[in-house]
Amino acid sequence: MTESILNSAILLTLLGIVSALILYVVSKKFYVYENPLISEVEDLLPAANCAGCGFPGCRSFAEKLVNTDDISDLFCPVGGNEVMKLVSDALGKEVAEKDPTVAVVRCQGSCDVRPKTTEYQGPRSCAISALIYSGETDCQYGCLGDGDCVDACKFDAMYMDETTGLPVVITDKCTSCGMCVDACPRDIIEMRPKHKRDLKIFVGCLNEEKGGIAKRACSVACIGCSKCLDVCPKEAIVIENNLAYIDPAYCTLCRKCVPVCPTHSIIETNFPPRKEKKAEAKVTAKVESIKPQNDA
Amino acid sequence: MLKTFPKGGIHPSENKITSAKPIKRLPLPKVVYVPISQHIGIPAEIVVDRKDKVEIGQVIARSGGYVSSNIHSPVAGTVTKLDKIVDTRGYKKQCIVIRSDVKNESNFQENEYPLKEEISLQPEEILKRISDYGIVGLGGATFPSHVKLQVKKDKILDCLIVNGVECEPFLTADHRLMLEKGREILVGIRILMYALQIDRAIIGIENNKKDAIDLFRNLTSGASGIQIAALQVKYPQGGEKQLIRALLKREVPKNGLPMDVGVVVHNVGTVFAIYQAIQHNRPLMERVVTVTGKKLNDPSNFWVKIGTPVKDLLDAVGGVPEDTRKIVSGGPMMGKALKNTDVPVTKGTSGILVISEDEASRGEPKNCIRCGECVDVCPMGLEPHLLMNLSEKGMYEKALEEDILTCIECGSCSYVCPSHRPLLDYIRFGKSIGKQLESNK
Amino acid sequence: MSDQTIIVSSSPHVHSERTSEKLMYDVVLALLPVFLVSLYVFGINALIATITAIISCLLFEYLIQKFILKTKTTITDGSALITGILLAFNLPAGIPVWMIVVGSLVAIGVGKLSFGGLGFNIFNPALVGRVFLLVSFPVQMTLWPVPIENNTTLVDAVTGATTLGLIKEGVQFGQSMSEISTQIPSTVDMFIGLTSGSIGEMSALALLIGGIFLIARKVISWHIPVTVLATIAVMTGVFWIADPGYYANPLIHVLSGGAILGAFFMATDLVTSPVTKKGMVIFAIGIGIITVVIRLFGSYPEGISFAILIMNAFVPLINRYFKPRRFGSRIKAKIM
Repeated sequence: MTESILNSAILLTLLGIVSALILYVVSKKFYVYENPLISEVEDLLPAANCAGCGFPGCRSFAEKLVNTDDISDLFCPVGGNEVMKLVSDALGKEVAEKDPTVAVVRCQGSCDVRPKTTEYQGPRSCAISALIYSGETDCQYGCLGDGDCVDACKFDAMYMDETTGLPVVITDKCTSCGMCVDACPRDIIEMRPKHKRDLKIFVGCLNEEKGGIAKRACSVACIGCSKCLDVCPKEAIVIENNLAYIDPAYCTLCRKCVPVCPTHSIIETNFPPRKEKKAEAKVTAKVESIKPQNDA
Repeated sequence: MLKTFPKGGIHPSENKITSAKPIKRLPLPKVVYVPISQHIGIPAEIVVDRKDKVEIGQVIARSGGYVSSNIHSPVAGTVTKLDKIVDTRGYKKQCIVIRSDVKNESNFQENEYPLKEEISLQPEEILKRISDYGIVGLGGATFPSHVKLQVKKDKILDCLIVNGVECEPFLTADHRLMLEKGREILVGIRILMYALQIDRAIIGIENNKKDAIDLFRNLTSGASGIQIAALQVKYPQGGEKQLIRALLKREVPKNGLPMDVGVVVHNVGTVFAIYQAIQHNRPLMERVVTVTGKKLNDPSNFWVKIGTPVKDLLDAVGGVPEDTRKIVSGGPMMGKALKNTDVPVTKGTSGILVISEDEASRGEPKNCIRCGECVDVCPMGLEPHLLMNLSEKGMYEKALEEDILTCIECGSCSYVCPSHRPLLDYIRFGKSIGKQLESNK
Repeated sequence: MSDQTIIVSSSPHVHSERTSEKLMYDVVLALLPVFLVSLYVFGINALIATITAIISCLLFEYLIQKFILKTKTTITDGSALITGILLAFNLPAGIPVWMIVVGSLVAIGVGKLSFGGLGFNIFNPALVGRVFLLVSFPVQMTLWPVPIENNTTLVDAVTGATTLGLIKEGVQFGQSMSEISTQIPSTVDMFIGLTSGSIGEMSALALLIGGIFLIARKVISWHIPVTVLATIAVMTGVFWIADPGYYANPLIHVLSGGAILGAFFMATDLVTSPVTKKGMVIFAIGIGIITVVIRLFGSYPEGISFAILIMNAFVPLINRYFKPRRFGSRIKAKIM
């Protein structure tokens, strides 16, 4: 009895020693030198591994930051300027400073304004249904409503609104990593500057059809009428292919374009209610009713 | 034993309800919408403008490159606008809108010409004309024919295969064409044999078209060089690779072309179009379309001008029944479900299939029970269940290793899956991503 | 056109008549002859065991999916029904009802749903349940009621060993095969089902009828059952020729110990068998070899349940290495 206990104890000890030796030899033999700075920088990064920077994860981004001399074109959208400042301090390199951005959904084609003309049967994925055909409505530019962007979001910052069938960005949670922008086969989601109090003005439509056709497919479609263009004091609006686009670089959030849009396709978010003016009262009401989609 | 390909394949109910209906001529459409991208490859470039008067057969869009094709006006009339029209996928595509001139007699000329047998052109002239006259593969893939006929220097062709298989259920366009234009097709085959300088041709016809097989056997009796092969009825035998395997026991190598095994394959419709082009100077402006469906009043085969809206075709068969829920351009296995009936007939439209409510819906997908049915039926020796899984999970690199790109999208896997899984949907998606990855390399 | 919108979907727009439910119910139908024979041989006990197994399998599937997994219930797809029937058929007729319930819980809960439900399970659920019972309650699980002709009463006091059990015992006591053969039933009895054993393994004839029905309906392919039985026959045949005094003849091995039930109904389970025909043959040869090894050299007289479970574990590997030949991968472009 004692002998067998002794034997097994010796055997196990020997096994342990041999294994430890092998591990030691292997770790020495295959040791790869790594710049300790990489780990240091990695600790500064948000560890979200969202790939918003264009690299597969925070580790590989850290490697790139450490190993490149000029890092002014690299940016961590999740960490923003604060994190980049820390990285700059740690590495002693110049970093870019960017205004914080947030994702916006440029489509207001909910079920009641954009009627469904066909029924799609197949996997519920925007990428697949976009490959097969142009969507359940007559608008081939708008949201497909299968939620690929929501699936792509790693920060729970998006959800599908059940009544409108459109995705909604929760601005506070959005880190502007850009995964939803890549996931959307229609390029509906755009990164726009996150102004103070999250004030935004943008065109909520991508339909390049001529006015009549666009309007028939969706009642809140941009018809390219250029009324907004005329009122814009800063020339921030461009119209191309029957579609208006507000360039955030020039827009001063003056809100002049919003009430003139005949189809209410320009979206304003988080602005205080307008001063009552009889002519505008109706319009504001309408805009308010669309608003909830974009700031939940 | 009838010939066929050994691995995979299915046999859905044939439903060839229009096989005894002679090809009728559709009344002249008031307006035709001619898309500029009716073929695989680069879209053609528009060479007419608004308000231009065009003659029948006039080039209205010129080939945009090597893999591209001319497009000719199917009617005499006036270009009313250059607009956009939905394609089979529902996306708006550039097209030329032509209002046909009801007073112009050339619009009412039928393509009934006396058979002309002697070939007066030289091989190079033949190839040039096939290219100029906008001939593309009419079997459905719409690959420009002159590209297929351009033999690379290091390849030796020894056999022309004429595809009269028409393995898609419901469709009978090729079948009717063979019955009604058999002699012309044989002349077309001789033209191609002469142009390619080969002395062997095989017409492959599935055994459910016995009348066509008999007709060709009678017509070719005594003549050497052209064989008629009866094939077992099996889908997707009309696929180029499957047909070559069935007839010649040669396997087109992976990523290869039929040319690599010394073969060129052309559809009977294409051969007839080539005959028309060479012997009667008629560019490709019309084709045979089967308009069919179990509940249609009068399903028929039609000669249809390219650019005719599908709704004109449906009106010609007495309208669609009340309970129609799906309209498919092409056959039930590979056709595309249309979003609306404004879609024009293009060079690749072989049929319009109307499906009623009871058969339109897909089954609810369930878990894969790994029965291996999809693996058994895949004619390309792939594992559809695995490919679907890989593309669902985003493992596209792995899917490429599993040869996802060799899938011919025949749909046999989705057809047999007892769990109604959308195998082909995912595989198609995986293929599109795989192609991007491949081209980025 | 109707006021309903038209449907757009990817091709194909037609589908074969076969559905997974129909496949499942074909299997149930194929098991009917076996069930009838077991009713004839074991009477009401067979009925009780089968009904209990079916009900508890369906119930556990429903309860687990409803309250633990909180997913849509799938009891109507027929797979739990088959698990129940197959579990019962692998048990001796007189087994206590509560054991059947425990076995069902293990089969459905551990064997199937813990892996993610139908299609994701690695092991045949019925066999998981059976083997669990076999190792947990070895005494009750090997108490075989002896069939009495026209036995419709509740007599189950008489118990005996199975054919293979008798052989194993005999061999252990040093008896020669000729001595043992006087104690075991004749091959004809074994073929039609008048031996002792678990509910569904008795009648080779009834099992073959069901099996051939499944092959004719293309629910299963012939590859697995034929290869399993052939491997068992060949391997035991080799031993038998080498020493007929010590080893039983291959016919006995094929007809007894649930070999036919296992080969036709358990090994062919779609989910837990390989996808390609090549793979199926490899899988089946493995089952055959392991079965024979367990029977001849292991401590259990019967081994096919273990053999199937062991080979189930290899299925992903087999699927990986035995792929169908890709079209065009043979580069032999011969120009005539």
